[in-house]
Amino acid sequence: MVPTTYYLILSAVLFTLGALGVVLRRNVLIIFMSVEMMLNAVNLTFAALARHFLQLHGQIFVLMAMAVAAAEVAVGLAIVMAVVRHKDSTNVQDINLLKG
Amino acid sequence: MLDYAWLILAFPALGTLIIAFFGTRLGRRAVGFLAPAMVFLSFAVAVALFMELLGLPAEERQHELVLWQWMAAASGPGATGSFNVDIALLIDQLSVTMALVVTGVGFLIHVYSAGYMHDDPRHPRYFAFLNLFILMMSTLILANNYLLMFVGWEGVGLASYLLIGFWFEKPSAADAGKKAFIVNRIGDFGLLLAIMIIWTGLGTLQFTEVSKALQGFQVPGTLEVPGTFGSGALSLTAIRAATLLMLLAATGKSAQIPLFVWLPDAMEGPTPVSALIHAATMVTAGVYMIARSAALFDLAPVTGEWVAWIGMATAFVAGTIALTQTDLKRILAYSTVSQLGFMFVAVGVGAYAAGIFHLMTHAFFKALLFLGAGSVMHALHGELDIRKMGNLRTKLPITYWTFLAGAAALAGIPLLSGFFSKDAILFYAFEHAIPLWVAGIITAFITAFYSFRMVFMTFWGQERDKKLHSHAHESPRVMTVPLILLATGAVVAGYVGLPSISAIDAWLEPVFHAGEHAAEGVAHNLTLEMILLAVSALVALGGAFLAYRAYIADRDLPKRARAAFGPLTGLVENKYYVDEAYNLLIVEPLRALGEWLAATFDKRGLDGAVNGIAGLTGWAGAQVRRLQTGMVGLYALAMLFGAVALAAWLVTR
Repeated sequence: MVPTTYYLILSAVLFTLGALGVVLRRNVLIIFMSVEMMLNAVNLTFAALARHFLQLHGQIFVLMAMAVAAAEVAVGLAIVMAVVRHKDSTNVQDINLLKG
Repeated sequence: MLDYAWLILAFPALGTLIIAFFGTRLGRRAVGFLAPAMVFLSFAVAVALFMELLGLPAEERQHELVLWQWMAAASGPGATGSFNVDIALLIDQLSVTMALVVTGVGFLIHVYSAGYMHDDPRHPRYFAFLNLFILMMSTLILANNYLLMFVGWEGVGLASYLLIGFWFEKPSAADAGKKAFIVNRIGDFGLLLAIMIIWTGLGTLQFTEVSKALQGFQVPGTLEVPGTFGSGALSLTAIRAATLLMLLAATGKSAQIPLFVWLPDAMEGPTPVSALIHAATMVTAGVYMIARSAALFDLAPVTGEWVAWIGMATAFVAGTIALTQTDLKRILAYSTVSQLGFMFVAVGVGAYAAGIFHLMTHAFFKALLFLGAGSVMHALHGELDIRKMGNLRTKLPITYWTFLAGAAALAGIPLLSGFFSKDAILFYAFEHAIPLWVAGIITAFITAFYSFRMVFMTFWGQERDKKLHSHAHESPRVMTVPLILLATGAVVAGYVGLPSISAIDAWLEPVFHAGEHAAEGVAHNLTLEMILLAVSALVALGGAFLAYRAYIADRDLPKRARAAFGPLTGLVENKYYVDEAYNLLIVEPLRALGEWLAATFDKRGLDGAVNGIAGLTGWAGAQVRRLQTGMVGLYALAMLFGAVALAAWLVTR
């Protein structure tokens, strides 16, 4: 059986990659995908720890997070569509209406 | 019946409320009927009270009527240091006499007003104010304690402000209203301080309790009053201070030196208002208050001296000013100030009944004169300059005859009301101090002269302005009937106070000298009084004759007199420059101080603080806005750092 530590390390790596992607990338779709990656890294942790402690709470959290993520994707992609139609760009640096 | 005395207050209060809320909907006729009717009902109650008091023996003619508890800071029933004031009325000889005068004369003035103010666009408002005034004046005279009296005192001040400034489109009327109110306020603070002194010393504000507490004390020494608040003693110094402060209050309300300046200006109001407020009722409040505080004033003879001499000086100064005025209403205004001076002389020398007697006769003849002046003004389309009048007696016969009766009563022509009341005052002044009497006789001469100057200039001689004269017409009945009734009063009111068998003295005396003094004050020297009576009769006739010489027979006399007095004429014509002096000494410095404060304190201090805070906030915002770069990556990074920092804190704490 694969030790739980491995899952956690993988999860940490995925989360960091996702976070770096969110911070460093400019393309709004890539940032969006990075966010999904962070979510799934967390999901992995939940699942791994649920297996480790032999408890179902973690698994249920995963399902929950996936449902929320699905909804979030629907809303997020709609926003992206609207922005693209408006600005004809997917670069987040062009979306700066809130600049003080 | 005595328990229904509150109706005197209830009727005008009801009238005020109805007219204030529904006046415009009710229409002119209804309002013009309702307002006088309410005052008439009050008058009827006052008459009933008077009749009932007459039927009682003298010792029982004092009735307290507690309506409800007003304020109570009691630490137990009757405990020391408790402060209890009730809304309560005192029905006795003095208050009923005052109530008869106020509601009786007030009613006639209301009726007259219904005619006089008929075409005014703010007709209901006028009558609401007029009823409010009667309500406040009745509160003042019927109150059984100083605090409730103070409510009425302030209330008439308010009502007079509203009525003097009734035609507020005219800046002069608005200014006159403000002036009356502010000058009165100076006096009011004196009354408030006096009330505080009385309460601190005696622990009560009820008139009857105050005079009971002070009964039997002689002038020297300190008064130990048992069972009262604080030290339990009202020292003579405190009494002196309280009475002097009351005198200040009275000079404000009753227009005496140094606070008389508001009354002549108050002639800017409608003429019936002048008759009501500045002749018959409000200005007499000071005299009433001093008479009501007789127990205190008896213990402070120094203050009495002040009262008498201030009254005499005012009577003389105002009388001389009245000689030179050419505006009919202003002559009457200064004459009112002068007559109030006489009343002050009376209460100052301790002849309270004589003061109230003159107050009563004066209410009749001065209200009559003011309303007569209003009738003349009505006939001449608002003209009040007596130099443009003349020969009006054929055009305005009723106004002429009634005005003549009033002027003769004012002048003190024998057998009219003013003759008896003024003579009573002069008699007591003579007994008190001869110089006071001499000054009084001179003033009486001046009074007679200017009274008949008014009559001759207005109603006799040749018409000076043909156009005005040809358009003149007698006033409607609603105005002339009150004139006739008041004229009757002006002629006969004096007979309640005939020398030596003075009914009014006997009637009022128990109020002022409860118990021991009662017999003492009545003992007159009849021969002396008759001699003085003859002298003042001669003086009055002499004044009238001189006026005839100067304004009918020998027209050049005024010019020669003017030349003979030289610079003095200018001084008097300009009213002794009192207004100018007050302007220079008080108004201008205050204005300068106000402007300085506005420029430095307000503009720099307050505005500076407010603007400074606004500026600081704006500057802080400008600094903070730089954080909002609009770069999403940066926000995400900040969020990440935040999350990491939060996690670190959660883990390490």
